[in-house]
Amino acid sequence: MKRLPLLLMMAAALAVSAGSVYAQKRGGELKFAVSAEPPNYDCHANTSFAFVHPVRPHYNTLLKFDAANYPKIKGDLAESWTVSKDSLTYTFKLRRGVKFHDGSDFSSADVKASYERIANPPKGVISIRRGAYSDIASIETPDAHTVVFKLKAPNSAMLSLFASPWDCIYSAAKLKQDPNFPRTNVMGTGPFVFVEHAAGSHWVGKRFDGYFEKGKPYLDGYRAIFIRNTAARVNALQAGEVLAEFRGHSPADKDRLVKALGDKVNVYEQPWCCALVVTFNTEKKPFDDARVRRALSLALDRWGGAQALSKIALVRWVGGVLRPGYELAPTEEELTQYPGFGKDINKSRAEAKRLLKEAGVPDLKFKFTNRNIPMPYTPVGVFLIDQWRQIGVTVEHEQLDTKLYQAALRAGNYEAGLDFNCDFMDEPNLQLQKYLSADKSTINYGRYNDRTLDGLFEKQVRATSRPDRVKYLRAFEKRVLEEAYTFPTIWWHRVIVNWKQMKGWHMSPSHYLNQDLSEVWLDQ
Amino acid sequence: MLRYIVNRLLLMIPTLIGVAILVFILLRMMPGDIVELKLLAEGGGVDAATLEAERARLGLDKSLWGQFVDWMTGLATLDFGVSMWTGRPVIEEISSRLELSMQVALMATFLAIIIAIPLGTLSALFKDTWIDHVIRVFAIAGLAVPSFWLGMVIILLLLLNFNWIPPLTYTPIYEDPWRNLSQLIWPAMAVGYRYSAVATRMMRSTILEVLQEDYIRTARAKGVLERLVIARHALRNAMLPVITVIGLEFAFLIGGLVVTEQVFNLNGLGKLFVETVTRGDFTMVQALVMLIAGFFIIINFIVDLLYAVFDPRVRYR
Repeated sequence: MKRLPLLLMMAAALAVSAGSVYAQKRGGELKFAVSAEPPNYDCHANTSFAFVHPVRPHYNTLLKFDAANYPKIKGDLAESWTVSKDSLTYTFKLRRGVKFHDGSDFSSADVKASYERIANPPKGVISIRRGAYSDIASIETPDAHTVVFKLKAPNSAMLSLFASPWDCIYSAAKLKQDPNFPRTNVMGTGPFVFVEHAAGSHWVGKRFDGYFEKGKPYLDGYRAIFIRNTAARVNALQAGEVLAEFRGHSPADKDRLVKALGDKVNVYEQPWCCALVVTFNTEKKPFDDARVRRALSLALDRWGGAQALSKIALVRWVGGVLRPGYELAPTEEELTQYPGFGKDINKSRAEAKRLLKEAGVPDLKFKFTNRNIPMPYTPVGVFLIDQWRQIGVTVEHEQLDTKLYQAALRAGNYEAGLDFNCDFMDEPNLQLQKYLSADKSTINYGRYNDRTLDGLFEKQVRATSRPDRVKYLRAFEKRVLEEAYTFPTIWWHRVIVNWKQMKGWHMSPSHYLNQDLSEVWLDQ
Repeated sequence: MLRYIVNRLLLMIPTLIGVAILVFILLRMMPGDIVELKLLAEGGGVDAATLEAERARLGLDKSLWGQFVDWMTGLATLDFGVSMWTGRPVIEEISSRLELSMQVALMATFLAIIIAIPLGTLSALFKDTWIDHVIRVFAIAGLAVPSFWLGMVIILLLLLNFNWIPPLTYTPIYEDPWRNLSQLIWPAMAVGYRYSAVATRMMRSTILEVLQEDYIRTARAKGVLERLVIARHALRNAMLPVITVIGLEFAFLIGGLVVTEQVFNLNGLGKLFVETVTRGDFTMVQALVMLIAGFFIIINFIVDLLYAVFDPRVRYR
């Protein structure tokens, strides 16, 4: 009997010591580079990584992607959730004890206010992604820790959308005072509190001691340094002035850093959820003719080009309308059945020439409008023009500053252009927006309407079973690549080089994800 | 002299008004739309109503005449408005960068003066000797080498030899002089070298000219020590064109170091200028142009006044 207290004490000591052993170290300020700066502080009104990287650590969302296990989703402010059998009701149980940075309590009212702002922004408020939430019929808050979303119709992407990094949860009280409060103020529930934004220079956040995840964040703070020039960013990384840059590096920059730093750095590589697409102004002849468009797609040796371009540019993967490697994307075998994706390029080009001749434009000449951004627009533009030259097509390469390029595409002052399709996650509801009819999609610059495509898109949105969804996606993709109003070229390849002492960060196919820095720590 | 000063100050006003009108017209002739760039550049999809609402918020839905009246009214009250991109007051955006740009310009000017005046003088005095040749090579190299390239070389040499680069963010000199100077001495050197090359060559040629003058021969004939002849007579007269060059270069440095600022990651006015022009941020560009124009006018005015200081024959009425 006398041994029992001793045994109990030993067991207790073991339990305490086991619970006290953490690999992560607390402390330190993470410095990282960002190549651009956010224009304002409102998550709902921004589209750029330049916003996500410095600002995201101040906020939470309802759900988030499990970065170490992408595309798995896990709770952020939501502790758990259920989806009704008819996929029309999403019920979230919210975490308790969550505070905003000003000390006020977080509750379901804040979720409701934030999502109402996203889905139905009041006058004067910009919500870039409101269209994606148009299926939300109502948001109910039966109690302070439960929020219920009711949809008008099933939406296969809904759960992923709740994990969007752009759906920052704001304070309902602050929004009530001023719906545009987040535009000029940073006040969330996130792991870091806003300290300073020196315009043109840097952004500073410090640990929020009241963060709901005990023990996190590990960092004392972070400093995002705005470095526009690519060479200057690489220099800063090489010198260790910054430990990371979270968007991506070109192959040449990666090689330089690895050569200079060797085993001091980690290199992460994977397909990126971004693609360059060729788009035609279908209101201008001869691009109103599907034969011409298809011919220009058939002329491209995507497989050979991907291999060659991957050495000099951040493109590498051949894929259709969905990112290669994504679970709903076609297999390579399926892909090669589509026009322009066959492995026999000579056969494809012969067919291309035949189509051009049939369409009456065997010696086609046109102007190709591109952005004047070296990576990867210029090399891909040059590649395309060279490929078209192989079938007797002469193309003038017009590279414009982003503002002028945007204006040209939107106004239809172009013949053919190189556009891009980048999203924060693999989700057909997002990726396929580019290909929908012009009267349904604000990012269709091809100026066409195709109800077959619209119908197939709607069917895959409403599909409640995976096989059905895949069926509609394959049909959609086939139509896109046959009609070729807009077709994908080569998908991007993401390369990140970070100093090894930065730990806890996980790579994903998107440069918009996993940027709350709550799990990052410095091994120093 | 006082009347001259007042006249010059009053003349600044129509000059600045002319610049204001010109920059307004030129900006509106540029194609592109800041609203589309802000909301659509990274693939965002917003509807036409949202775009129109944002344009209205920025005042871009007004007629050109309405926008012009707003601009001129603001100018008259020194209210430059807010940036169309960030929404922050234009004055705030500029002032946070002005300090750095001014310091780089002053440091480069100081370096240029302390290099150019002695070297230019020596080169003239020892004309066609090896001293002259060395200095002339130094000056020509300074003219030939772009300052941004020199900046890149400096950064790479520091990085490869010392594994160190200058600090990436600005600290005012009164907060941490060492950190401030360790950041800004390098761009000041890169820019100052070219600056000193221009001034050195100007100094050399003006001294050579002045040394041919009668009053120099007279001073020598009177037995004045050579160093006094140079210091009191030659230098003073040779300085006039050099002051003009130094003044114009200094004014240029305030907003003209676009590429150098990028190389050294300096948050200066040059970088701001390029960014705002690229974005079509009318209010910012207009304010920056007025600032630079104002600087040029004031610097030119100061140079003209210095003429009177250096040359007592110059009297302004």
